Amino acid sequence: MKSDYEMVIGLEVHCELKTKTKIFCGCSTAFGAAPNTQCCPVCMGMPGALPVLNRQVVEYAVKAGLALNCAVARFSKEDRKNYFYPDLPKAYQISQYDLPLCEHGHLDIETAAGPKRIGITRIHIEEDAGKLVHGKDGTGCDYNRCGVPLIEIVSEPDIRSAEEARAYVRKLRAVLLYTGVSDCRMQEGSLRCDVNLSVRRKGDQRLGVRTEMKNLNSFQFIVRAIEYEFARQVEALEAGEPVVQETRRFDQDTGKTYTMRTKEDADDYRYFPDPDLPPIVLEEEELARLRDSIPALPDERKARYIKDYGLSARDAEQLVTERAVADYFEEAAGRTAYPKHVVSLLTTEIFRLLSLSPAEETAIPVSPAHLAKLADLLGSGRINSGTGKRLLGQMWERDADPEQLAGEQNLWQISDPAVLLPLVKDALAENPRSAADYRRGRTQALQALIGQCLRATGGQGDPQVLRALLEQELNG
Amino acid sequence: MQAITQTTQTTQTTQITELPVRALRDRLAAGDFSAEEAARAYLEKIERDDPEIHAYLTVTAEEALGAARRADEKRRRGEAAAPLAGIPAGIKDNICTKGVRTTCASRMLETFVPPYSATVMERLDGMGAVMLGKLNMDEFAMGSTTETSRFGPTRNPRNPGRVPGGSSGGSAAAVAAGEAAFALGSDTGGSIRQPAAFCGVVGMKPTYGTVSRYGLVAFASSLDQIGPLTRDVADSALVLDAIAGWDERDATSLKREKPAYASLLGQEVQGLRVGLPKEFFGEGLDPAVRDAVYGAAKALEALGASVTEVSMPVLDSALPAYYILSSAEASSNLARFDGIKYGTRAADYGDIGGLYRASRSEGFGREVKRRILLGSFVLSAGYYDAYYKKALQVRALVQRDYQRAFAACDALLSPVAPTTAYPLGSKITDPLAMYKGDIYTVPVNIAGIPALSLPWGTDPDGLPVGVQLIGPAFSEPVLYQLGYALETQRGGAGQPPRPAKGEEHEG
Repeated sequence: MKSDYEMVIGLEVHCELKTKTKIFCGCSTAFGAAPNTQCCPVCMGMPGALPVLNRQVVEYAVKAGLALNCAVARFSKEDRKNYFYPDLPKAYQISQYDLPLCEHGHLDIETAAGPKRIGITRIHIEEDAGKLVHGKDGTGCDYNRCGVPLIEIVSEPDIRSAEEARAYVRKLRAVLLYTGVSDCRMQEGSLRCDVNLSVRRKGDQRLGVRTEMKNLNSFQFIVRAIEYEFARQVEALEAGEPVVQETRRFDQDTGKTYTMRTKEDADDYRYFPDPDLPPIVLEEEELARLRDSIPALPDERKARYIKDYGLSARDAEQLVTERAVADYFEEAAGRTAYPKHVVSLLTTEIFRLLSLSPAEETAIPVSPAHLAKLADLLGSGRINSGTGKRLLGQMWERDADPEQLAGEQNLWQISDPAVLLPLVKDALAENPRSAADYRRGRTQALQALIGQCLRATGGQGDPQVLRALLEQELNG
Repeated sequence: MQAITQTTQTTQTTQITELPVRALRDRLAAGDFSAEEAARAYLEKIERDDPEIHAYLTVTAEEALGAARRADEKRRRGEAAAPLAGIPAGIKDNICTKGVRTTCASRMLETFVPPYSATVMERLDGMGAVMLGKLNMDEFAMGSTTETSRFGPTRNPRNPGRVPGGSSGGSAAAVAAGEAAFALGSDTGGSIRQPAAFCGVVGMKPTYGTVSRYGLVAFASSLDQIGPLTRDVADSALVLDAIAGWDERDATSLKREKPAYASLLGQEVQGLRVGLPKEFFGEGLDPAVRDAVYGAAKALEALGASVTEVSMPVLDSALPAYYILSSAEASSNLARFDGIKYGTRAADYGDIGGLYRASRSEGFGREVKRRILLGSFVLSAGYYDAYYKKALQVRALVQRDYQRAFAACDALLSPVAPTTAYPLGSKITDPLAMYKGDIYTVPVNIAGIPALSLPWGTDPDGLPVGVQLIGPAFSEPVLYQLGYALETQRGGAGQPPRPAKGEEHEG
């Protein structure tokens, strides 16, 4: 039984840093250039060429580490990870092995069961590899991405569900975006996730055998890969088959994972300190300067929203995970007496509309001022929530003043009992069964009657007034 | 080449190609001959003698003449002459030269033409030097005889039946044969000093970080240094001055003010303390070499220096540590030659793994493969601590030994190699015997300190013997001071360049 098992997940997130130039040379890191136009002897690993560390990379990595509550090493070094692959022209990747830049951090997320802290084992800097391009004449290599700076953020195996994994990556992305060290564009591969997953019987303290799924570059893939892999491992164990330690590939078309390579043929990377690069030494003053440069982070804003607007932790978390959304929220909320309506519009309708748009960048086409006005109309009872939704849909198409839109279409809420009472009476006459149900104590019948009356007003009736009138008629 | 021969007088050839760099520079300045004439003289010498010596893998006659003409043109315009204006030089073939094939004497790089120049080449260009061509070496600088070259061995100009040493055998032979006024070599475990000793020229391995490694095809990055091979000590100081200095493209190059390398030449050595490390005079040392080193010690003593015996107890461990560290780094540095982006791709292969295997099997010679295997082994999971890590500890001990020694003396005097040049083919099949020949040179690389190799007498067969002066980091001026004193004591530079074939040479 699946429900007898739990999954244990640790994530390795690779994130491209948004330095202008590469980690060991002056080539541009811009995405999308024609193949092999942004490379030089250094990033192409030309015989004789040497790496020189871009100090900005260290600064960004340290900032990420500080934002993720890590201890920053005053002394660290770079190591060579040796392996052969056509996208790696030097046949080794410069990374960090036993002395990473940052260690022992954590990240707090919100889950259905409440807040949870996920441990961060380490953050290290490394260079990206090139990209193989498969064409009909064979395979070519684009070295533009060689030497683009990355940080690898390794979590503790603290994650227990696909939802937690998603919440963790979302929050991580938020922190990195707030800190300004990365664009975190998952579609361009500037944020990629490796999932280490094992299963065990609930209550078991020992870890099961894990598999690793590489290079998942969307939230959807992360969730689907985890769900599939969990089911696959449970099925194997239930069938009495062992789970094999291996690297697996997630196929986004089939939604399944497939064996890439097992531990037996895993590489021995023969790590050793890169003799071309002196150790990385950080002075206390430099660390202090970097610490001071970190802006207000999501959790700081979250605490403020809970305090100032009385939001729930989950609503607040949702608002802060996208800096643009949080900025937008603050501007809109500052212009209305009804900020809670701004929250509910954002967390329901606006998030739904955003999820329909293909763009990864958050761009809300409605101005904060207009949204604030919509909240005012809702809060003061001049329109009902159904009309609010309808108006927002129109504003999404064309950013206009909702008061004007409501006026033009005469969408004002009808609250006058004198207008509504005849409609209530009609509804009761047409639905004797619902009335009878209600009188027998089935209160949900009232909801159907309210709906009936609302339809009769073209959606503009005041649900509260309608409810009161119905109760009065039925009980009277 | 026909035209070159026609325009140059044989008598003048002899004179020009025998001149050390400073004299050549003075004669050029005086207008005794032009840079173009100097270049032609050297090119003619190469054409005549190199078929036997085989110091050069590539001769860049046209480029050399062009550079020489530019130097002459500048002089005619009255521009201040650059320090090496018009001086013909040979370059070891592991130093990248833009547009000129750089092979590392390997089949792997037989057709590699770098699109960029090493920093030292830019510096030499800026100094007005004229590159004659690229010099033979052991494949990827792995070897002590230049016999592991894919393109055949270089012969010792002092005795063509003998090896020139290695791995910078082509560089030492070119200077000894009068086929270059000076040459650049590289020294990872003695590759400048040992061939300099075998060929009777002066070789300097500078303090690690003194000369930029940018553009030097790496063998062992933490040990490699480029340095000059010259006819005499003063030339060495002059050339080192031209190529040394911080380079922003090499993170291991040192950001400190360059000392005036020639500043102490000719100064009294009275009061300098010279140590003889007693472990350097043990078993396996050829008596002729031992006697030469003692003779040099006596000469320094006669000049007022004090000579004392010192101890380097970890010398025995330095050699295995060197072979572990250098091979480990090499296994990684040479991994890029896999037939994809770099290295000759095998014609026949199945999948990608087959491509790697076939290309590397065909492209690398035996010695290179041996070191890659050794290096991969010592870095492997489960062996790292027993080998690589231990070697790093030995490295620290070697550094400590030197530090202790230099607390008591200004420089050490030792042999360069246990023997003089041996016959071609005599050791190539016995790698361990060959490795043992590096025992006096590798500790210097492990410690990152400078050492100067200079000729001091000959053995009973008339072959040159080299002695080595070793100093603490940045002590090059003192090493040059001592070397110059020895050279003067001996009555000027060692043996002059070997005369061209068929000519008599006087004095």
